[in-house]
Amino acid sequence: MLPAGLLLLVFLTYPLGLGTWLGFTDTKIGRAGVWVGLDNYRFLWGDEVTRLALFNTLFYTFVASVIKFALGLWLAMLLNRNLPFKSFFRAVVLLPFIVPTALSALAFWWIYDAQFSIVSWSLMKMGLIDRYIDFLGEPWLARFSVIAANIWRGIPFVAICLLAGLQTISPSLYEAAALDGATPWQRFRFVTLPLLTPIIAVVMTFSVLFTFTDFQLIYVITRGGPLNSTHLMATLSFQRAISGGSLGEGAAIATAMVPFLLAAILFSYFGLQRRAWQQGGNDK
Amino acid sequence: MSKFSRRDFLRTTAGAAAAGTVGVGGALWTPEAYAQGKWVPEKGAKLRVLRWKRFVQGDEDMWLANTKKFAEKYKVDVRVDSEGWEDVRPKAAVAANVGSGPDIIISTFEDAHQYPDKLTDVTDVCNYLGGKYGGWYDVCKEYCTEKGKWVAVPMGCAGNAMVYRESAMKAAGFETFPKDLPGLLKLCEGLKAKGMPAGFALGNATGDGNVWTHWLVWAHGGRMVDAKNNVVINSPETIAALEYAKQLYATFVPGTLSWLDPNNNKAFLDGQIGLTCNGISVYYAAKTSSDAKVKAMAADIGHANMPVGPAGKPTELNLFFPMMLFKYSKYPNAAKAYLAYMMEKEQYEPWQKASIGYVTQPLKAYEKNPIWTEDPKHTPYRDAMKIMLPNGYAGDMGYASAATMADFIMVNMVAEAASGSKTPKEAAERAQKRAERYYKV
Repeated sequence: MLPAGLLLLVFLTYPLGLGTWLGFTDTKIGRAGVWVGLDNYRFLWGDEVTRLALFNTLFYTFVASVIKFALGLWLAMLLNRNLPFKSFFRAVVLLPFIVPTALSALAFWWIYDAQFSIVSWSLMKMGLIDRYIDFLGEPWLARFSVIAANIWRGIPFVAICLLAGLQTISPSLYEAAALDGATPWQRFRFVTLPLLTPIIAVVMTFSVLFTFTDFQLIYVITRGGPLNSTHLMATLSFQRAISGGSLGEGAAIATAMVPFLLAAILFSYFGLQRRAWQQGGNDK
Repeated sequence: MSKFSRRDFLRTTAGAAAAGTVGVGGALWTPEAYAQGKWVPEKGAKLRVLRWKRFVQGDEDMWLANTKKFAEKYKVDVRVDSEGWEDVRPKAAVAANVGSGPDIIISTFEDAHQYPDKLTDVTDVCNYLGGKYGGWYDVCKEYCTEKGKWVAVPMGCAGNAMVYRESAMKAAGFETFPKDLPGLLKLCEGLKAKGMPAGFALGNATGDGNVWTHWLVWAHGGRMVDAKNNVVINSPETIAALEYAKQLYATFVPGTLSWLDPNNNKAFLDGQIGLTCNGISVYYAAKTSSDAKVKAMAADIGHANMPVGPAGKPTELNLFFPMMLFKYSKYPNAAKAYLAYMMEKEQYEPWQKASIGYVTQPLKAYEKNPIWTEDPKHTPYRDAMKIMLPNGYAGDMGYASAATMADFIMVNMVAEAASGSKTPKEAAERAQKRAERYYKV
């Protein structure tokens, strides 16, 4: 117990505690701060850029997580079938997850480039557009572009984890359902989904956490631009704390992320891990 | 309690310099008084230097060659590490915070004002170099002195200028590059009409975005703060600058709102734009390219200093490089000897030549370096240090000016107004509110 406790204390409790404390100070890089109470949070609440970053983060997390779940589940069910070259396809699906994030972000930076985009180039060649698409220059287009990059990178994690879950479901349950005359939708609704729910809960909790705290994709592709429309809490925290030297304010932004992360965890815990339902009973 | 500010120091040193010219202080300022070798490295000294990663290969090659020469001559082991320039600033801050790290860090802008009490006084080195090489440009003193002491040795600055295609400029009806703002707008309109539009970064581009937007606002007489550090960005001058930016933006190549630092270089070298604002690295890349088409472009590239606006004087912002020696260094004498050695003519001028003047000198004597005249395309960069304004103009440098720049307040304001996402008045009001946070109203 002691080594584990020590590790948790040194690498988890202390940094989290220090970050939280810094958020209540006006510490600057290279200069110790003084206690300012809720001053940082009061400022951040009134700061348009922070509020925009909060909106961006929630929007980014919600849209990317929902799509990653839908596509990941669909992919997992496809891979769970007896396809030819099944192992090969399963390995290929993992590729986006294996590539270092910074590298895939660079690739997307080129794909979305206002002057050199391969997508725009192809569409131009096909005669479908008459000028390059400004993927990262228009705020909403930029938001959807970075979400697409996140989805591409995040699907393998969801798909492979759910595939592992699917493989734990006994085929005899499907056979029994088939004998009872269940339709494919009913088999999914009353066999697959209840048995997969614990895995979904874990996978989606992690997926939401990873997405909410995303940094690298945004930092490489847009640096939060254009007009701060893709700034997430994590990138804004870095910009204010490290580039700008306001450690206290940056820490406050980072700390402000914690309640949202806790809410996501609690939602998945109480909302999805309903054991009675999974076992065919009724939830009270 | 009276505070000895940098301005007091400038006045004092100006007085001392004036005294020197009439012979009163001559003995104090003669180069002979500061013989090289004044700083005897500590026995067994080892130095770690962290610097920004080169923008042009010649810079790094010659810097390392000069370092090797120093190491051999003084028997000091010197290790030079390079990091992307935006990463050096946080690392320097961490080093200052924890009291451990590289002995010397070559960083950017006003870092020396962020933690001056963590830095070794290098007044002796700067006085020696200044006395020997014609003195420092005034902006160096703004960046590197604190309470009358030099807390960093200026390395120079990455000068910025208008980089254009001469053929495109002529096709747009201009024989020479315009020197005023109406002329620049007319040129940009002409370039767009000829299919070679201008392109200036308006994304969160730390270097290129900040450089040209600060110039633009300053050129109109706008500024983030006044001499007393009151935030005054929401002013008629700024709004005039933003109205101008709107007109200018209409002539840009599409996509500049998302441009980061590398985008304008790529677009220019690909022949998609006819004008941008950049260091000499675009020309260097063309000149040294292995691609015959790109290499041929070099002859068609022209450079010009940024036009002067209603402010009536040059208002350029350039990327300044302070060399900071930290107090925690165990070998301050070796470090001082290194700094002085690297700035001596025998090392500095060949280094500038190797990078075709990527770094403009902080010492006036190096204006005569042949690199500035052997190719007329280099010349506009020669005066970068002489004509630039410091970050945080017209107030003091320090935490607030650094944070204001890092938060892209100026860039965002210009981008919002130029793109029409906010009116110039709204954009200026928002910038005012954001900046006031850092300047603590």
